[in-house]
Amino acid sequence: MTALAHDSDGETLAAVTRRPRAARGAGRSVLIGSALVYLGLFVLLPFVVVFGEAFAKGVASYFASLADPKALAAMRLTLTVALIVVPLNLVFGVASAWAIAKYEFRGKSALVTLIDLPFAVSPVIAGLIYVLLFGARGWLGPWLREHDIPILFAVPGIVLATVFVTLPFISRELIALMQSQGRDEEETALSLGASGWQTFWRVTLPNIRWGLLYGVLLCNARAMGEFGAVSVVSGHIRGLTNTMPLHVEILYNEYNSAAAFAVASLLAVLALMTLIGRAALDARAPELRRTTLPSPNT
Amino acid sequence: MKTRRRRLPDGRTAARHAPVNSRRPSGEAPGTASGVAANGYAPREPIHYQWVFEAAAAITVGCRVISREQDSMHRAGLVGVLFALIGLAFLPVAAKAAGDRPTVTLLNVSYDPTREFYEAFNAAFAADWKRRTGETVVINQSHGGSGKQARAVIDGLDADVVTLALAYDVDALATQGKMIPADWQKRLPQNSTPYTSTIVFLVRAGNPKGIHDWSDLVRPGVGVITPNPKTSGGARWNYLAAWAYARSKPAATDASAQAFVQALFKNVPVLDSGARGSTVTFVERQVGDVLLAWENEALLAVNKLGAGKFEIVVPPQSILAEPPVSIVDKVVDRRGTRKVAEAYLAYLYTPAGQELAAKSYFRPRDATIAAKYAAQFHPVKLLTIDGDFGGWARAQARHFADGGTFDQIYGH
Repeated sequence: MTALAHDSDGETLAAVTRRPRAARGAGRSVLIGSALVYLGLFVLLPFVVVFGEAFAKGVASYFASLADPKALAAMRLTLTVALIVVPLNLVFGVASAWAIAKYEFRGKSALVTLIDLPFAVSPVIAGLIYVLLFGARGWLGPWLREHDIPILFAVPGIVLATVFVTLPFISRELIALMQSQGRDEEETALSLGASGWQTFWRVTLPNIRWGLLYGVLLCNARAMGEFGAVSVVSGHIRGLTNTMPLHVEILYNEYNSAAAFAVASLLAVLALMTLIGRAALDARAPELRRTTLPSPNT
Repeated sequence: MKTRRRRLPDGRTAARHAPVNSRRPSGEAPGTASGVAANGYAPREPIHYQWVFEAAAAITVGCRVISREQDSMHRAGLVGVLFALIGLAFLPVAAKAAGDRPTVTLLNVSYDPTREFYEAFNAAFAADWKRRTGETVVINQSHGGSGKQARAVIDGLDADVVTLALAYDVDALATQGKMIPADWQKRLPQNSTPYTSTIVFLVRAGNPKGIHDWSDLVRPGVGVITPNPKTSGGARWNYLAAWAYARSKPAATDASAQAFVQALFKNVPVLDSGARGSTVTFVERQVGDVLLAWENEALLAVNKLGAGKFEIVVPPQSILAEPPVSIVDKVVDRRGTRKVAEAYLAYLYTPAGQELAAKSYFRPRDATIAAKYAAQFHPVKLLTIDGDFGGWARAQARHFADGGTFDQIYGH
């Protein structure tokens, strides 16, 4: 019940927020304490271990394993994939969130469910779907082969699998935000003579920009970190179709744990940057709301 | 829809309770225009994460102040600038990738314990090919469990050559994929197997459990590490070697052999999916007393990872493990790489290739090279898959297919 009170106060019940702090003392410290211990044990400790192992053989060996051509190729591939996937999901996310939040149409709830589907499906299954679809013996495989279009076990397959897995991040973020904002501002803009395009750039986009950036951040983190689905469709060709997470696995299997953790530490840094970015956005969100949304209190 | 609508406000509200965040004392209600539910749990955001975000937020307060000064159009532009920057960082990479194209590439799809060998062999072959033809050849490698790799090639992984753990997996390319002729194994000398290996025991230093022969593996209290024969080629060799041992005892029957193997698998605490996974379990995670391993894998583990930490025990009798090689006709003909792929496999049989195999602890076929590295390989009585099990197709159907002897002993 304490958690519930925490969660709902400050939102609607101004009285709850202004309750004396002492009233919430004990439960609060227990919650904070257990959360910190939990985080320290399951998040911080592994994080420290990653860096400890990465530098186990010294700084020189750390940078040598990062500069290895195969490791560089893995980084390049991971960046390429993220660079294709994130903009794709950005466009799709904005379009779908707009449609869902601002319009009523038949099949809307089906669309929402479909968008959530990748969260429900195991990534390995996601990979296998593409094997069944594009594999040499799959539905489209023979035709693709005839026309010499590489999809599976090549970069396009990795991109497709990653798109599938990361698809919900941006749209989920935006649907919630855009629904909470309603469509009053857009309607006002339109009634004042703005074109649809102008409305999007001048009204909608500024309203959703932090939520959008937040979604992009999460989407990017997952795109770079995805293992399961990519492992199925990659073919594991070193230097060609090995993404960073796959490269970490290979290095570890070669008894090269220092190098494995060196590459893993890059992914850990990415996670840390995502976290910081996320916190920054969280910190900005109130401002955003205050300046762009008419609040009933002000 | 009400709960979802409140997701973002929730995150912020929870954050306001964080001890580090005292900068905003007055909690003005958020501007959600309408219908805020009173029971707001954030649906997919466990509340305890907020503390970490908040701590990190303190670092980024500076950014906040800066952005507060800017008008909203500028801020929207920031997103664009971010993307442009990422794009710029990426440009030279793309340019470089287009720059150095090799003349010809080969893809060798192999099983797990050959990584070190093919890394050395590929460099040697590329140098030799360059000297002979002037052509630059780049050989790409893919490693994984043998059965899984065969499956990937059938599904369309463009392997010019396959170098797998056992003939059955290459057979699958012929029977299921129709990618190579059925008599592929007769195309190259010695069953298309340029190097062989056998199954040995890797034990901890000093051999504390006194393991010398297969019969020691079924003693109670001996932890045996072997991968899953369903997925691992090496594990199938392990299984058949154990079976062959039990079958060779006086008055043995198939039933007694099955009982022996069953007792052995009772002692297996972890069944990894591949040979390399089992080695990692035994060597790095320190599980078990004895690892059933490819001889080359065991020698590698001893020499590379733990001189003085492990010992190899060669049983008096084991099995001749033949990891065969083949070009994949369908792929080389489409890619026009048949000539170089055939040369690649032929190079495995040359003294240079044989020597590299021996250096990676595979038993070479070439008598001269074998003599040179004789000290490395203990003599052992070797049964063969063709002589003692009637070939891989029969062994597979009998032991590893659904309902085979492995299912019978491990399912119960």
